[in-house]
Amino acid sequence: MATAPTLPHAAHKGGFYASSNGKKALMAVTGAVLVLFLVGHMLGNLKIFLGAGSFNHYAEWLRTVGSPALPNRTLLTIAEIVLALAVVLHMWSAVSLARRAAKARPVKYAAKRKSQAGGYATHTMRYGGVIILLFVIWHLLDLTFGVVNPKGGDATPYDRVVAGFDPSRWWVTVFYLVAMVMVGLHLRHGLWSALQTLGLAHRYAALKAGSAVIATVLVLGFVAVPIAVMIGAVK
Amino acid sequence: MNLTLKIWRQNGPADRGRMVTYRVEDVSPDMSFLEMLDVLNERLILEGDDPVAFDHDCREGICGMCGMVINGVAHGEQRATTTCQLHMRHFEDGAVVTIEPWRAAPFPVVKDLVVDRSSFDRIIQAGGFISVPAGSAPDAHAIPVPKDDADAAFDAATCIGCGACVAACPNGSASLFTAAKITHLSLLPQGQPERASRAKAMVEQMDAEGFGGCTNTGECTAVCPKGIPLDTIARMNAEFLKASSK
Amino acid sequence: MKDNVNYTVGEPIRDTKAPEGPIEDRWDTRRFQAKLVNPANKRKLTVIVVGTGLAGGSAAATLGELGYKVKSFCYQDSPRRAHSIAAQGGINAAKNYRGDGDSVYRLFYDTVKGGDFRARESNVYRLAQVSVNIIDQAVAQGVPFAREYGGLLDTRSFGGAQVSRTFYARGQTGQQLLLGAYSALERQIAAGTVEMHTRHEMLELVVSGGRARGVVVRDMVTGEIETHLADAVVLATGGYGNVFFLSTNAKGCNTTAIWRAHRRGALFANPCFTQIHPTCIPVSGDYQSKLTLMSESLRNDGRVWVPARGGDDRRPADIPEGERDYYLERIYPAFGNLVPRDIASRAAKNVCDEGRGVGPGGLGVYLDFADAIGRLGRDAVEKKYGNLFEMYERITGENPYETPMRIYPAVHYTMGGLWVDYDLQSTIPGLFVIGEANFSDHGANRLGASALMQGLADGYFVLPTTLGDYLAGAGGFGEVDEKAVAEAEITVREKIEKLLCVNGTRTADSYHRELGRLMWDYCGMERTDESLRKALQRIPELREEFWNNVKVPGDGEGLNQALERAGRVADFFDLAELMCIDALHRTESCGGHFRAESQDADGEALRDDEHFAYVAAWEWGPDGPVLHKEDLNYDYVKMTQRSYK
Repeated sequence: MATAPTLPHAAHKGGFYASSNGKKALMAVTGAVLVLFLVGHMLGNLKIFLGAGSFNHYAEWLRTVGSPALPNRTLLTIAEIVLALAVVLHMWSAVSLARRAAKARPVKYAAKRKSQAGGYATHTMRYGGVIILLFVIWHLLDLTFGVVNPKGGDATPYDRVVAGFDPSRWWVTVFYLVAMVMVGLHLRHGLWSALQTLGLAHRYAALKAGSAVIATVLVLGFVAVPIAVMIGAVK
Repeated sequence: MNLTLKIWRQNGPADRGRMVTYRVEDVSPDMSFLEMLDVLNERLILEGDDPVAFDHDCREGICGMCGMVINGVAHGEQRATTTCQLHMRHFEDGAVVTIEPWRAAPFPVVKDLVVDRSSFDRIIQAGGFISVPAGSAPDAHAIPVPKDDADAAFDAATCIGCGACVAACPNGSASLFTAAKITHLSLLPQGQPERASRAKAMVEQMDAEGFGGCTNTGECTAVCPKGIPLDTIARMNAEFLKASSK
Repeated sequence: MKDNVNYTVGEPIRDTKAPEGPIEDRWDTRRFQAKLVNPANKRKLTVIVVGTGLAGGSAAATLGELGYKVKSFCYQDSPRRAHSIAAQGGINAAKNYRGDGDSVYRLFYDTVKGGDFRARESNVYRLAQVSVNIIDQAVAQGVPFAREYGGLLDTRSFGGAQVSRTFYARGQTGQQLLLGAYSALERQIAAGTVEMHTRHEMLELVVSGGRARGVVVRDMVTGEIETHLADAVVLATGGYGNVFFLSTNAKGCNTTAIWRAHRRGALFANPCFTQIHPTCIPVSGDYQSKLTLMSESLRNDGRVWVPARGGDDRRPADIPEGERDYYLERIYPAFGNLVPRDIASRAAKNVCDEGRGVGPGGLGVYLDFADAIGRLGRDAVEKKYGNLFEMYERITGENPYETPMRIYPAVHYTMGGLWVDYDLQSTIPGLFVIGEANFSDHGANRLGASALMQGLADGYFVLPTTLGDYLAGAGGFGEVDEKAVAEAEITVREKIEKLLCVNGTRTADSYHRELGRLMWDYCGMERTDESLRKALQRIPELREEFWNNVKVPGDGEGLNQALERAGRVADFFDLAELMCIDALHRTESCGGHFRAESQDADGEALRDDEHFAYVAAWEWGPDGPVLHKEDLNYDYVKMTQRSYK
């Protein structure tokens, strides 16, 4: 017809990662890597309840694992590179899909669009992701590098945690809790969504329930530490 | 009952468009939504105004021609219902109803609530078929199809191509539409020879038309008048990944 | 004829294309006789196909596949929207997969008999033969027909047939078959053999040198008037049931394409043969814009009744068994609720005329599932009819599990249409007409699940052969006369300008509504000499008023839906007149045409084979139509009076 759009009609030749499906697959795979990391991270965190020794020993082990066959930090560095790469690619595909989405709807609806799918978590993915990113930066500065930690980078990991979540710094703890809720929401949608994107999703009720359970367990595991510090159970 | 309508008016693709408010009175609860608009249009014509252009044809929920975003929801809030099958008994007297066209770059507005959905046809052209010239088919019973596969294929094949999935998707994605056809044909033995090329070509065409990517929000299936299930998208993703890895 | 009825009788007409010889060999003979077009020449030949339903979509796809240059037109935004999509029930085919005694011959026999002996034997036999290929073709295309656990196709018996020959895809058979044809069409569009023009409406036929050579269309988006030329034109524009305003047709269905062809010389056959479907949702108010069909399959388990005495306005549940009249079971004990469509429809009209109708305006009867729910359980009923019950509830707001459905007959299909020969060619050489737009296969009454069969038979299998014969025979038709093109374009422009200039006080829709009401009352389920004469007096008056008082807003440029509608209504007026003349001249009752004067002692339709065993093919004339009769001969099926008692 006369008003045929001037969009490209021939399929594009940009290859797999230029396609929306390719980007989604990349997001799913990198997301899966990050989820595995989170599981390990949370389990490690819980060692704090076994005392300072156990916790600090675990932190030390992370650096020396593989030694003496490998120099110190080898495996840790590889893991860090993989994680950093996963984060970057995860964000790249997210940004690129968000831009595609914005282009696909240049004129917005006047009426407020009501979600019909009832998935609150779904609609937090983008801004939630940004909050999580900001948190990760703070978190690294606080507890990994100790730059913004009262005890500084030279203190033991255990001391940094206890100092970082000191009741006097309640706003840090609040930020942490908010970020963890965002992580939970992100995972609640992200977990089953990754399977869906990779074409492995069936039986949605079970899948979504499973995602919610895993997300909840992870969040509880993570928030247990700051709360314990807050109420003085860990000091 | 009496209603206040806020309707998107746009006199052609080049016009900027605006919301215009109309009052309609003595609306019967047994009217369909489109019949209510018919009444408005009859009045506008007699008053010398330009009637509101909207697409519609069968008015029994199967041709897929009608579609508008009513109070922010594609085809209105009643589930599994096309606009033509939505009845006024679901609205309250005195309500304010906002009516907008499908919003997506690949669905440019032709006039008022009428949009151009030829991008959907081009997605089908890319591979939404089985190549079989008339007269060359084997006997229909030559290849049995397991009932479960036939039923699942049917469920996907009921898509009416109305575009509500795109209108409702926060990303303006046509994944549900595209996935429905890929699923339908990939489940049947007759669809196997072209299975991989079909999935790849259709997904690529969907991208080329400028639709957004899927983020699995599920808004599409929630407004779909035929309830096309979300697992069709999982299947499309699997088919595409498989085809791409070849 | 007397007073206001003006027609003359012209020369008889004959189908010269059907070969002689045994009926089972005729199609094979014709196929072999048909000349072939050299593949290299096909590329040079252009064929226009108007309409993209089952007939037009399948024809355009098949012709494209064969190598012709095809131009396809539809008024909708996509070829997938054509109204074939709304067919619910199923498609007949003489596969005899059940081994229940079906055969090509039996389908042929049932169709001739069901058509009340007003269809051509040769055509119907071919339809039955080709029916088996349609199922094969559709399955190969991926049409997801219902299947049994063994993986083989399921069938059901439909519309009173005694064999199980109806293939179906839940309640959406038309949709699935149309999407099959649509996908084949889209494949050809991608291949470049078919050029698709959506949102284009055909407004005139171009006839040059005595042959159909093109069409004038309006681009509904830009308003531009365009002429497209070709070596042959195929009309697949569907039926004209919307002459009644309220029908089960889509809102856009119209007669303009075939009516313009008729005005250019194509004969119009049996225009009065209209099918009224018994199970539709009744009208709820004056604003009603269309009627919705409830699948005939509901009559398999639903029982039809009305209160025994008129004016009984108790709730249905409060009316005791003894005070109900299950009238179909009472009058037709052998077939009961499953009598053919025309009989069920008229019976409903009769009880409503007696004042025993239910619902608003007393125009409805109950279709009650209480017994079925009691017998099979609610779950079983839901499994079978759940989607139909939901649809009913959505429209009426009533729950059919708890209170009986209300149904009433509505116009559903038109058996009449442009006259075509065995090759599906009209009386204008090069103009082919397929699907519901022609008159060919259903006689005076179409059987359930036969419309889909005919549309696809014409498009996939018959037309591609016979059109080739026409194109090969002529060997190039020369240039199209410029004057013919100019004249056709001017006719279109003048009509549009005229409509826009009137600037009166009533909308086209309001005239259409009034015309439809008139047709329903005077030329509907029951026709009398008196009612038809009244209609023939009133229609010209109303048409006159229309042309002097219609208000069409806007201009001819750009999308103007009111203008589109006005143009269609204008042609409906002319068609309505011809329908009434045809109905008036045919003083017998047959199939969907019931003349109150021609009934037996029990009120059943009485055919008059001695005087009316012919096709009434009408030629347009400035001084009224000219009737050409095509005698119908029945060499295989003995003419008998139908009885369903």
